[in-house]
Amino acid sequence: MTDAVASAGAPHARASYVTVMWGLVLRDTRVLGRTLLPFISRTIMNPLLFVFVFTYVFPRIGQGFQSGITGSSFATVLVPGLVAVGMVFQGVMAVAMPLSIELSATREIEDRVLAPLPVELLAVEKIVFGAVQGVLAGLAVFPLVYFIPSDPPHLQVPNWPLLILMILLASLTSGALGLALGTIVRPQHIGLMFALVVVPITFLGCVYYPWALLHTVRWLQMLVLINPLVYMTEGLRATLTPEYPHMPVWVIVIALALATLVLGAIGVRYFVKRTIS
Amino acid sequence: MNQVAIRIEGLTKTYPGPRAVRALDGVDLEVTRGEIFGLLGPNGAGKTTTVGVCTTRVLPTGGRVTVEGVDVVAEPSWVKSMVGVVTQYNTLDRSCSVWENLYYHCRYFGMSGVEARKLTGELLEQFKLSDRGGSMVATLSGGLAQRLQIARAIVHRPTVLFMDEPSAGLDPQSRLALWEIIAGMRPRGITVLLTTHYMEEADRLSDRVAIIDHGKVLVCDRPAELKRTLGAETVIEVHLERADQTLAAALAALPGVRQATVTPAGIRVLAHSRDRLLPRLVEATQGHGLHDLSVTEPTLETVFIQLTGRDLRD
Repeated sequence: MTDAVASAGAPHARASYVTVMWGLVLRDTRVLGRTLLPFISRTIMNPLLFVFVFTYVFPRIGQGFQSGITGSSFATVLVPGLVAVGMVFQGVMAVAMPLSIELSATREIEDRVLAPLPVELLAVEKIVFGAVQGVLAGLAVFPLVYFIPSDPPHLQVPNWPLLILMILLASLTSGALGLALGTIVRPQHIGLMFALVVVPITFLGCVYYPWALLHTVRWLQMLVLINPLVYMTEGLRATLTPEYPHMPVWVIVIALALATLVLGAIGVRYFVKRTIS
Repeated sequence: MNQVAIRIEGLTKTYPGPRAVRALDGVDLEVTRGEIFGLLGPNGAGKTTTVGVCTTRVLPTGGRVTVEGVDVVAEPSWVKSMVGVVTQYNTLDRSCSVWENLYYHCRYFGMSGVEARKLTGELLEQFKLSDRGGSMVATLSGGLAQRLQIARAIVHRPTVLFMDEPSAGLDPQSRLALWEIIAGMRPRGITVLLTTHYMEEADRLSDRVAIIDHGKVLVCDRPAELKRTLGAETVIEVHLERADQTLAAALAALPGVRQATVTPAGIRVLAHSRDRLLPRLVEATQGHGLHDLSVTEPTLETVFIQLTGRDLRD
């Protein structure tokens, strides 16, 4: 097998960072394509069962939640909330979990660390690709929460560019959260991460009620402001159900941008720490 | 044209922590273009850290490393574009097939889809992996996985290839196949830095060998030269039930013996000449419970023992 070697020949011209990142995106896309069924299952199961039980079964058995807003259905309140949860969940499942394993147990990340670009950009690619999956997750959840409820939600989108902006910011925040969790949490603590981070974030993310209604539990209303999911749900609420109470749009935009930057910076920092000793 | 592929000057590395570890303690090395260079030393000697710094995955505490004249700390991306790395562990992408491991690796190095497909096909062919192209890498045996790792490390045409303990954990047959592959790098002009703790591997493959221990390079030369200049001696392990300094001194005084030291198993004798030595040793150790004698001809291992007083596997 003496000739079993590629020619050293002329070394390849240095590739631009964009080209290298494109290669990483292609790889991630291929892996996503291969795991499309698991991706869809994990994305839709939670919201599917949630809307089925609470907005289809409950009204039929004579029980039901109130939206807390006169003249509106619980389903209408749920749509932005569940779409946002779907996106955050994707950030965790698609970025944090595989990254945690690749950085520790299998060290598979090494080959990509050795790709000719700064490792910081490799981490940024993780955020961006996590965001792409977040958008896909949001799109997958939307028809469920729209069509399943027995009393269909009333949505209106007067401002499409704002909706697109909110989806972009929310998905980037999800990707950044996924990167931060994936680089900090070791594989053996993934279960703990769900219990201590993912569950509290989703339950206290103003998913099932607008943030404004929390004014009767003032301390909680203040406490949940540290939860990035609150701004994601409020952002979608502001664009999908604008007549319902929601935070001012500028607050949401600043908060989501800040969350992306802070979580992203933490994630990139830990990523570098974990890959370069 | 500069003929130095890798230049390491005064390289130190301390891993911080409550029990700080000084992994490299002033390493100086020069690896010439096109040579196969062996870095030989026991586990924990600093081999992997040295490769880590050269391939930008470990930041040095002090000193300077250049690969093809490019500083590894100042220009890590540039360095990464010129090197190929085979790590100790299987770091193949388990989410991808054999073919995809090579194809996407090419894409990470900026190749077009057409070029990446062409090179992937060529390398799979050359490394006799074509029929496994569609397999997921988790199904590969250790030997095949290692072959794929090497194929991946050179598919983007690096000029310098780092191989960190490439034969660790391989069965003897796969190891021989690996040695052929490594030897095949020479006619292609790829510079190879190979770390190993198998002296036979370093001896057979390397143009030059540096012996490293406790983060320091002890010697660096061609294997034959190392064995000659260090007066590489026959090592005779005399296994005894009772051994002491007096007996060691008595053995050291025998003709042909240069040194005799007490070891946990008995006494280790370093000899220039084996001429009539074994009967004399048997005679001299009578009454000390002699139960075995093992003779090792001069090798890099005996050079290492001479330099450090320890076995490579100690």
